[in-house]
Amino acid sequence: MARQPRPPFLDRRRYRIERIRDAARLLPALGLALLLVPLAWGAPGEPGAPGNAAALLYLFGLWAVLIALAALLSRLLRSGADGDEP
Amino acid sequence: MTLGFETLVAASLAYVALLFAVAFLAERRQREGRGAWLRSPWVYTLSLSIYCTAWTFYGAVGYAARSGLEFLTIYLGPSLVMVGWWWTLRKLVRIGRTQRVTSIADLISSRFGKSAPLGALVTAIAVAGITPYIALQLQSISLSFAAIADRGENGLVAGDLRLVAFWTAVGLAAFTVLFGTRNLDPSERHHGIVIAIAVEAVVKLVALLAVGAFVVWGLAGGVAETLARIENAPVPMWTGERGRWAGLIFLSAAAFLTLPRMFQVMVVENDDERHLAVAGWAFPLYVFLMSLFVVPIAVVGLERLPAGSNPDLFVLTLPLAEGQEGLSLLSFLGGLSSATSMVIVATIALATMISNHIVAPLWLRARPAEQTAGELRRVVLIARRLSVAGVLALGYLYFRLTGAGTALSAIGLIAFAGVAQILPAMVGGVIWRGATARGAAAGLAAGATLWAWTLFLPSFGVLPASVMAEGAFGLSWLRPRALFGIEGLDPLLHSVMWSLLVNAGLFVLVSLVTFPTPLERLQGESFVNVFDRGPAPRALGRAAAEPEALLVFASRLLGRDAALDLFREEAERQGKSGHLPDTTPVFLARLERELAGSVGAAAAHAMVGGLAKGSEVSVDDLMAVAGEAQQIIEYSARLEQKSAEAERTARALREANAKLTRLAAQKDAFLSRISHELRTPMTAIRSFSAILREEDLRPDERRRFAGIVEAEAQRLTRLLDDLLDLSVLKEGRLSLDRREGYLSDVIDRALAAAGVLPGSGLRVIRDPSSEIVPVVTDLDRLAQVFINIVSNARKYCDAPSPELRIAVRRRAGEVIVDFVDNGRGIPAEERELVFESFTRLGGSWREGPDGAGLGLAICREVMARLGGSIAYLPGQGGAAFRVVLPAGLARAAE
Amino acid sequence: MARRVLLVEDEPSIVEAVSFILTRAGWTVHAHADGATALDRARAGAPELVVLDAMLPGRSGFDVLRDLRADPVTAAIPVLMLTARGQERDRDLALRLGATGFMTKPFANAELVAEVRRLAGG
Repeated sequence: MARQPRPPFLDRRRYRIERIRDAARLLPALGLALLLVPLAWGAPGEPGAPGNAAALLYLFGLWAVLIALAALLSRLLRSGADGDEP
Repeated sequence: MTLGFETLVAASLAYVALLFAVAFLAERRQREGRGAWLRSPWVYTLSLSIYCTAWTFYGAVGYAARSGLEFLTIYLGPSLVMVGWWWTLRKLVRIGRTQRVTSIADLISSRFGKSAPLGALVTAIAVAGITPYIALQLQSISLSFAAIADRGENGLVAGDLRLVAFWTAVGLAAFTVLFGTRNLDPSERHHGIVIAIAVEAVVKLVALLAVGAFVVWGLAGGVAETLARIENAPVPMWTGERGRWAGLIFLSAAAFLTLPRMFQVMVVENDDERHLAVAGWAFPLYVFLMSLFVVPIAVVGLERLPAGSNPDLFVLTLPLAEGQEGLSLLSFLGGLSSATSMVIVATIALATMISNHIVAPLWLRARPAEQTAGELRRVVLIARRLSVAGVLALGYLYFRLTGAGTALSAIGLIAFAGVAQILPAMVGGVIWRGATARGAAAGLAAGATLWAWTLFLPSFGVLPASVMAEGAFGLSWLRPRALFGIEGLDPLLHSVMWSLLVNAGLFVLVSLVTFPTPLERLQGESFVNVFDRGPAPRALGRAAAEPEALLVFASRLLGRDAALDLFREEAERQGKSGHLPDTTPVFLARLERELAGSVGAAAAHAMVGGLAKGSEVSVDDLMAVAGEAQQIIEYSARLEQKSAEAERTARALREANAKLTRLAAQKDAFLSRISHELRTPMTAIRSFSAILREEDLRPDERRRFAGIVEAEAQRLTRLLDDLLDLSVLKEGRLSLDRREGYLSDVIDRALAAAGVLPGSGLRVIRDPSSEIVPVVTDLDRLAQVFINIVSNARKYCDAPSPELRIAVRRRAGEVIVDFVDNGRGIPAEERELVFESFTRLGGSWREGPDGAGLGLAICREVMARLGGSIAYLPGQGGAAFRVVLPAGLARAAE
Repeated sequence: MARRVLLVEDEPSIVEAVSFILTRAGWTVHAHADGATALDRARAGAPELVVLDAMLPGRSGFDVLRDLRADPVTAAIPVLMLTARGQERDRDLALRLGATGFMTKPFANAELVAEVRRLAGG
C-alpha cells in the first residue's frame, strides 16, 4: 500500500528527467511572481508609475518568455518521460 | 459592396452551413476510422480556445479602453494554469479518464462518494452562473448585427435585434442537439463539435489578427508609431488597481479550471493526456495572439472614432469606419465564431449535467432500477435534448429581460466568480484525502449563497435599494456590498474574497470534523493517488447479480453492441469464452464506470447496486462487520490505507475460504480415492495369488496370472513412489542434479516416455528451432514435469483428433514453455485445485489407470524447487499449462 | 444351462479375476465396464445376479443400483456391491439403495463364491 520508496541514485538520464519535471513545476510559480511585479508599480500620477508602452512591453515580453520556456520544457518532458510520477 | 442586413444574414447562414458540414464530415471520418488527425494535440489546443468568447473578441478592446492592461488578467490566469499543466491539469485529465467523468458536476459527485446532492448543487451553481454568460453571447451577436446594419438606409429596430438573437438561439440549439446529443455516452466525445470549434478558433484568431494588423500597419503607421500612440493615449495602461490585478489573475485561473465548458473540452473531450504537453504552451500562445492587438485597436479606436462610440464594438466599427467592408465582414464572422462556439459547448456541458445530476436521480428515485433501465436511456437522451433547448431558452430570456447596455466584461466576471465556488471542492478533493462530502456541500452552498447575495442578485438590480444600503432585515452587516461592515472594496473583489474565504474555510472545517463514508474514502483514495495505480475496484461481492441480467441491463443503457463488446472483453480477460463474465467486484466496478458515462456516477452506482441488492456485500457492510476493532485504528494517521487494506484482506479471506471449502469437500473424496487406489491392485493380487496356489491351472493361464500380479504390484509401487516423492519435495529434501542440456532434448525424452510417438493418436505440434534453448537445471526432474503434462494431454484431451501444441519462448531472460491441447480444458472452478495433492477432477478429468491425482502436485513442487513455476493458462481453447524456467538458469549456459 | 452373472466393473484385472473364479464355480459371466450398457444388458437378459462395483467411470455404481431398483424388470434381481473404498458410509448407502449384499475389496475368492451362491439362492 505504501508508496514505493524511490531509489536514492538514478542514472544520469533519469536524473535529468527528474530535474526537468522540477523545472516544469517551478515555471508557473516563477510566472506568477513576475506577473505580480506590477503590484510594486505606482498608480497613475504617483512616483514610479510606468509609462504606457513600458508596462505593455513588460507584460507581453514576460508572457512570450513564459510561452517559450513552456514549449522548451514540454519538448524535453515529452522526449524523456513516460513515467507516472505525480 | 455595402454590408447590409441581408448580406449579414446570408453570410451568417453560409458560415453556419459550413460548420454543419465540417462537423458532419468529421463525424463521418471518425466513424470510418479515418479520423486520426482529428485527435491531434493541435485540435485539442484549438478547442480550448472556447475560453475566448465574444467577451474576448469584442469585450477585451472595450475593457482595455476603460481599464488599460487589466483585461490581460483574464488571459494571464489561464496561461499560468496551462504553463503549469504538469502540476494541475495532468492529474485532472487522468482522473477524468480513469473515472469516466462526464462533467465538472460528475467530478465532484464522483469524488465525494458519488453523492447525488453534490452533483445537483454543482449543476445548480453552474446553470445560475452560465446562463447570463450565454445571454451575453446572444447580445453580442445582435449588437454586432446592429453595428453593421444600422448604417444602412433602412435602420434596424429593436424587434429585429430580438429576432436575430432568437433565431441564433434556435440555430445553436439545433446544432447542439444534432451533434452534441447523438450518442448517450459523452465520454465517447463529440468529434464533430470539437472540429467545428477548432475551425471557429482559427476563424476568430485570423479575424482579430487581421483587424489588428490593419490597425497597426494600415492606420497607425507601424509598430514604433503605434507604441508612441499608446504611450500618449488618454487611458493609463497601469491603473494602479493592485487588488483587482492580483485578484483577477487568481479568479480567471480558477474559472479556467471550473467553467463547465472548459472542463468539457479540457477533460471530457480529451483524447490523449499527452496533448496537454502541446496545449501547455500552444494555448498560452493562442491567447497571447488574441490579446496582442487589443491595446492598439482600443487606442486607435479612441483616437479615430467619434466620442461616445461603444468601445466594446471597436473591433467591428473601426474597419467599418475606414470603409474596409471585407475586413468588417471577417471581423463579424470572428465575433460570431467566438459567441457560437462558447454557447454550443457550454450548452452541452450544462445539458449533460442537468440530465445526469438532476433528471436521472429524480427519475431513478421515483421508480425501481430493474424495470427502468431501458426507459432510462430514452429519458436521459430526451432530458439532454430538452436541457439544451432549456438552457438556450433561459439565456434568451435573460437577454430579453436585461436587454443591451451592460458592459460585456461585467457579466463575464460575475459568471467567473460563480463557477469559482467549485474550486475549493475540486482542488481539495483531488489533493486531500480527508475532504468529505459534507465539507464540500457546506463550502459550496455557503460560497454560492454569498456569491448570489453580494454579486449575482445585485447585478440584476432585483435587490431593493434599501437592502443594498442598509442590509437585509435591517442588519447592516448583511449589506451586499459591505459584508460584516467592510466597506470600500471593489464589489467584485469583495464578493470573491468573502465567498471563497467562507467556502474554503467551511469546506476544510466541516471536512475535519465529519467522517467520510467508506465509498467516499475509496473514491478519495483513487482520486488523490490516481497516479499510483489503475482504477481500484469500488465494491465487493454482489455475486448474485446474474451476468445475463447485467448484460440485458447494460445493453439498454450502452446499446447492444457496445454492451456485448464490453462483456465479451471482460469474459476473455477472465479466461472464459462467450459473453458472460463472472460478476467479480472488478467487473462490476468497471461496468459501473462505463455506465457512469451515460448517466453519471451517482446514478450508475445506484443502479448497479440496486440490481445486485439482496446479496450485495457492499463496502459499507464489510466496514460494519469490521466494526469495533476497526474503530480503534480509524483515527490513526494511516486510516485510509488501513480501510483499503481491510477491504483487500477481506477479499483475500473470502477467496481463501472458498478454496478451503472446496479442499475440505475433496478431502473425503481423497481418502476414498487413496483407499480405492491401494485396494484395487491389491484385490487383483490377492485373488490371483490364491488362484496361482491351486494345482489345476494350465501353464499359459499360470503365466498370464503371474503377469497380472506383477503388473499390479508395480502399480502399487508407483503409487507409493509418487507419495514418497511428493513428501520429499514438500519437505525440501530433494537434491537436485543440475546439468546443462537443450530444452529440445528434454521435450523429446518426455514425449517418448509419455508414449507419444508419431501415430499414437495425439498429434504434437512443435517448432523445433525455437526449442534449441540451452538450460542448466535438473534435466530429469524437468523431464518428469513435461512427462506429466504430456501424459495428461494424452489421457484427457477429448477432441476428436487430439492435438498438443508445444511453444517455447524467451521473455526477459525467462524461458516459457506452453503446452496447449485442443480438448475441452479444465472448468474454471477446478483450475485452482489441479495443483493440489490428491485432487482429481470430475468429468473428463477422471483418473486414468495409473494416476492417483498426484502428478500435477508433484510438478508444482518440482518447478518450485527448480526456481520456476507451472500454472494453468486460461482462455487458450483447451487445457493449457505454462512452465516457466527462471532467467538465471537459462542464461548461465550461454 | 449355466446360471448367469452380470459383472459391472471397470478394472480389467479384477474383471479377469472375478470371471475366472465364478466361471470355475459354474456361472456364466458377462462383464461390462460401464453402467449404461450393463443396465441395458440387465433389462434384456434378466441375469440371476448382478455384481456391481461402486466406483465406475461416468455414472457411479450407486447410480446404477438406483436405476436397477427403479425399473420393474430389474427391481427383483439380487445385487452384490463391491467397493474398494471400504467406508461405512458406502455400505449404508448401498444397503439403503437396495443392494442385496456388500463386499469390500480385497476379498478372499472363496468368500466371493459363497456370497454369490447365497444371494442367487443356492
